[in-house]
Amino acid sequence: MASGFETTTEDYIAHHLVNATFGRFPDGHERGGEWGFASSGTEAEAMGFMAIHVDTLGWSIGLAAFFMFFFRRVAVSAAENPAAIPTGLRNLVESLIDIIDGLVRSVFKHPDLSYVAPMALTIFVWVFFMNLMDLVPVDLIPYIAQYGLGIEYMKIVPSTDPNITMGLALSVFSLIIFFSIRQKGLGGFLAEISFHPFGKWLLPFNLALEVVGLLAKPVSLGLRLFGNLFSAEMIFILIATMYTGLVIGLLGGFLQFAWAVFHILVVPLQAFIFMVLSVVYLAQAFDEGEAH
Amino acid sequence: MNINLTLFGQMLAFFFFVWFCMRMVWPPIVAAMVARQEQIAEGLETAERAKKDLSLAQKRATDEIKKARGEAAEIIEQARKRSAQMIEEAKREAREEGERLKAAATTDVQQEVQRAKESLRKEVATLAMLGAERILERDVDAAAHAEMLERLAADL
Repeated sequence: MASGFETTTEDYIAHHLVNATFGRFPDGHERGGEWGFASSGTEAEAMGFMAIHVDTLGWSIGLAAFFMFFFRRVAVSAAENPAAIPTGLRNLVESLIDIIDGLVRSVFKHPDLSYVAPMALTIFVWVFFMNLMDLVPVDLIPYIAQYGLGIEYMKIVPSTDPNITMGLALSVFSLIIFFSIRQKGLGGFLAEISFHPFGKWLLPFNLALEVVGLLAKPVSLGLRLFGNLFSAEMIFILIATMYTGLVIGLLGGFLQFAWAVFHILVVPLQAFIFMVLSVVYLAQAFDEGEAH
Repeated sequence: MNINLTLFGQMLAFFFFVWFCMRMVWPPIVAAMVARQEQIAEGLETAERAKKDLSLAQKRATDEIKKARGEAAEIIEQARKRSAQMIEEAKREAREEGERLKAAATTDVQQEVQRAKESLRKEVATLAMLGAERILERDVDAAAHAEMLERLAADL
């Protein structure tokens, strides 16, 4: 165990599952009503809804800003010199755009791609980078934060935080609702969820079915990503607890390597799935007069 | 592990970054890609056209060469004919000149012969006169017999 404060394996694991939480201390606490950083897992728990996971949200925004900075630089250079032979980063970004553009076009029959394609690009790269943080050794950055900066809790993989994944999924969901209503009108949208699949005489049944189907989209989207990444992170943490002796430590090292190699597959795959499903859901929102 | 304000923070960040990507990243890059695609298509088209032009020019050049070659052959043929003609003419002229010269020479010779005959005739008359004088041992009246001698000389 690299992190030294904990004494038992349970403490170690529990410590790794607590976010750096900034929020309002609950009534009854000695600092009740005040805003501040939670100093323990139970305190963070007690803050309830009025709290922010500074670490995961910070890493999430930081990663997005990081890649958007490079994308913007490529865009500026592309605007300045459109005919230049693309090299290095521009080549990478252009091929990425090309792939995503082709994919969106194949799924999305509506001619207006101006919103969906950039969204797909953002989602893919962002989720990819969030997942990629899982390959950083579990204790490296928390250790630096703890002993170098005095930050007690530090979770660096944003996609292991359900707030982040559900935030993405609900954003996509709100876009689904928005575009559904914009394309079909409020009446059309309500008709779609009321009169399908069994005609108007079974309206309540239809409504229940369609609403569940609609709500299943963001839930499955967000929870799939969270579940995959959280479990992977958990396995990294469990492997990290094996570094107690030479033999078990070596075994742990081997396992960590093997799991990381496997995880290299999971990182882009989950990002890709999240992106494709978002595009497909949005395409359905644009679909008019679909006959079930 | 609980749901809290982070959710909304993430949603706000999502909308901001998607907006940023949509406004500041996607359009210029796609525009550049489209521009480059057009440029490449244009380049290919130009190359195709140039290739066609080249083949046309080559064909024209081959035609020109063929024509030039034909003309040259014709000129050479004409020259050959002309030279043969000139030689023939020269030969003919030479022959004529020769014949003319020969004729002139023949006339000269005949005139010479005539002249020689004439002088011989005169000599013979004189000699005959002398002979006769000697034979007669007397002076012959030359003037009296001249006419007779002239006739004799003309008969020779």
